[in-house]
Amino acid sequence: MARMKFLCDSERCIECNGCVTACKNANETEWGIQRRRVVTLDDGEVGKEVSISVACMHCTDAPCMAVCPTDCFYPTEDGLILHNKDACIGCGYCLYACPFGAPQFPQQGAFGARGKMDKCTFCAGGPESDPVLEEQKYGANRLREGKLPLCAEMCSTKALLAGDAQQVADIFRERVVYRGHRNSAWGSADHEADQSEQLAKNAADLAYDATQSV
Amino acid sequence: MEKSRSRTSVGFWLVMLLVGCMFSLPVVAQSQGADARREALQSMPGTTPDFWRDAAGGVSGRTTSQSVGADTLIMTEGERWKEIRNEWISPGGLLALGGSLTGITFFYLLVGRVKLEHPRTGKRIERWTRWDRVIHWYVATLFIILALTGLSILYAKWFLMPILPTSLWSAWMIAAKNIHNYLGPLFSLGVLVMIVKWIKHNFFNLVDLKWFIKGGGIVGKGHPSAGYLNGGEKVWFWMIVFVGLTVAVSGLVLDFPNFGQTRETMQLFLIIHAVSSLVLMAAAFGHIYIGTLGTEGAFEGMKTGYVDESWAKQHHDLWYEEVTQKQNKS
Repeated sequence: MARMKFLCDSERCIECNGCVTACKNANETEWGIQRRRVVTLDDGEVGKEVSISVACMHCTDAPCMAVCPTDCFYPTEDGLILHNKDACIGCGYCLYACPFGAPQFPQQGAFGARGKMDKCTFCAGGPESDPVLEEQKYGANRLREGKLPLCAEMCSTKALLAGDAQQVADIFRERVVYRGHRNSAWGSADHEADQSEQLAKNAADLAYDATQSV
Repeated sequence: MEKSRSRTSVGFWLVMLLVGCMFSLPVVAQSQGADARREALQSMPGTTPDFWRDAAGGVSGRTTSQSVGADTLIMTEGERWKEIRNEWISPGGLLALGGSLTGITFFYLLVGRVKLEHPRTGKRIERWTRWDRVIHWYVATLFIILALTGLSILYAKWFLMPILPTSLWSAWMIAAKNIHNYLGPLFSLGVLVMIVKWIKHNFFNLVDLKWFIKGGGIVGKGHPSAGYLNGGEKVWFWMIVFVGLTVAVSGLVLDFPNFGQTRETMQLFLIIHAVSSLVLMAAAFGHIYIGTLGTEGAFEGMKTGYVDESWAKQHHDLWYEEVTQKQNKS
């Protein structure tokens, strides 16, 4: 069975927020809900600035799942972490446990009470048999149609990759090899010669690690 | 004959409750590990070690997302919070509640009920006014409801979820959260009123010191002297003041998430709220036992407002003298 993963190549991400827009459009999320975001570190510092697109990482042993009081999360056969909005009570624990800030909450109730949690579904919908209801509640189910998440499909620089972990890692490894210099996957900063050797090795190791997920 | 049978059945149920607690402990304590670092490594390769060190250390950047904390790429505190909640508070709470029940069960089986030493005289003395009782039962009722809903949020997925159909399960949990969130502030108000109303009775004095030395009557012979409230009751009062107010204040922070509290703030207050409320629950078991099953003639005080003369003489001799002197004068 395929194990689905996102991979963001920070060397290619140009912070266009196309993925954010594509996600919003594909899933028609509520006002104020943004399932994907681009974080830019060291913004404006030449040679250091780096951007990364983040959403739910569909963790192997998800922390959100471990703290949810209603156990509304479930892993799919594709290794995705989806959740049942019918069981969600809007307590926010998943947000407090998630390292990536993926869970989003619409403010619905009085006194700032949260609505039901919304997060990236890897464009795989949710637990709802009626397709119309499914789209209303969870957004697009592109996976069922044989398509990948729209954020990755629309990424203009193909920095954001989505799909089978093995294939995605293969693409990244190929990039590392073909970028001209064996250390060029590591950004534009100049490195010492002996450091470069090590970094190139790390890159290969990383790409290898990415293929080893369950 | 009849009495001894009812005592055995109460003991039986206390033991069963205890066994239930013990058995659910390993389930709750089981490791629920996750590795955010590995997930991120897989999903964000191709970065410099410097970047990686910063990101894994929870550094903030810039983003267009308006969510609280969205500018932080990786929030490292979440993992620690998850660990504290799942591996310390959940099993620790069961231990505290189970330990309290164990103590009470053993005490009940070994020592038994504290009976009236002298037969009832039939003369009844007012102990709790109508307002005392109103505020007590107001707080007590809310406490039990909040405890049950709160325990549901912490533990119900281990024992209720497997036996309930999904629709019923989610309906109960949604109700539990809303009941807990809406009644919480009302409970806090009740606690405040109760503290203001009863604080004048609760300052410690030398009589209480002697009461503590005699362990409230367990150590040595004869019942130690006590005024209107004995040392144990005063300890419970000050627990309500300190632990109860901690529960209330931390609960209010969690109840209104619309003041821009960060995730880290909420994690901290969730820990404080869980620990203090579990401590209060464990202590409340003792209070409930002493006030009902443990002491003959105590419950009618809070039920009707009046206690029997012999009960007053036995448990609160100084108060009894005070009351009778007043009556003789008038």
